[in-house]
Amino acid sequence: MKRPLLLWVPLVAFVAVLLLFAGRLANPDDRVVQSRLIGQALPVFDLPAAASDRPALRSTDIGGGKPRLVNIFASWCLPCAAEAPQLMALRRAGVEIDGIAIRDARADVDAFLKKHGNPYTRIGLDARSTVQMALGSSGVPETFVIDGRGKIAHQHIGDIRADDVPKVLKQLEAAR
Amino acid sequence: MKALLALLLCLIAAPVAAQTALPPAPWANRQLPDPAQEKRARALMETIRCLTCQSQSVADSDASMAGDMRSEIRRRIAAGEKPKAIRAWLISRYGDWVSYEPTAAPILWPLWGAPILLLIVGVLLLRRRIGKGR
Repeated sequence: MKRPLLLWVPLVAFVAVLLLFAGRLANPDDRVVQSRLIGQALPVFDLPAAASDRPALRSTDIGGGKPRLVNIFASWCLPCAAEAPQLMALRRAGVEIDGIAIRDARADVDAFLKKHGNPYTRIGLDARSTVQMALGSSGVPETFVIDGRGKIAHQHIGDIRADDVPKVLKQLEAAR
Repeated sequence: MKALLALLLCLIAAPVAAQTALPPAPWANRQLPDPAQEKRARALMETIRCLTCQSQSVADSDASMAGDMRSEIRRRIAAGEKPKAIRAWLISRYGDWVSYEPTAAPILWPLWGAPILLLIVGVLLLRRRIGKGR
């Protein structure tokens, strides 16, 4: 009586594994790596100027009472070019945006800004991604919302699309 | 013919556009002069996950960011920082996810417990077998 019941165990186990595989295939892993620094103070950094006509960027420049955006970008990054019009729109709405150019060169940044517009107040050059690592950022473009006291309030991973702009404005308002 | 040539040129141009103009970071592809330090750096790099190619370690990956991470790890090791501290620094930025080294977090208890459990099952089976044999 006990034995026939035991014979079903392998089949049940097999079906269970099959269902597990099907489930994981239907909902693949979220591959986005969120920074663990959200809610914490901006790390201390001091970057040289990345563009000819914008000053360098130091962490002490950020958090002077007004919330702002820190945009991680690069002249060699295509989604960053796609994001440029949205950053320009945010700038026109009065948002202060500082840039961090990753693994870049001044001539390339200048050409990129000339072509796609320059929404930045300051731009720091992070030639070896050290500040990017310190921020817990894993790619370009990424945008951090920094509140008035210099705390990281939000992280937007990937390019800011047109329909993300109201959300970013709301996050800036909340970070006051 | 012209179109074909243009197509071929595009194939050459695509990887060029994907590369950054900058040469790799100073310690990305160069070993530390001190073999003991290099060994420690190497061991750490093999257990730090690349953020771009997510199933490779930074030691294996050719991504620019992995190169920068290797350089940062070697620079810190050369400056006398402990591998444990560097791993903790990275985890404080990217979460446990960035490290391949298993932790003692509750979600991993089955992983640590499984060998002990299997050993107990094995001993029980063996005892029954031997007991029957007599």
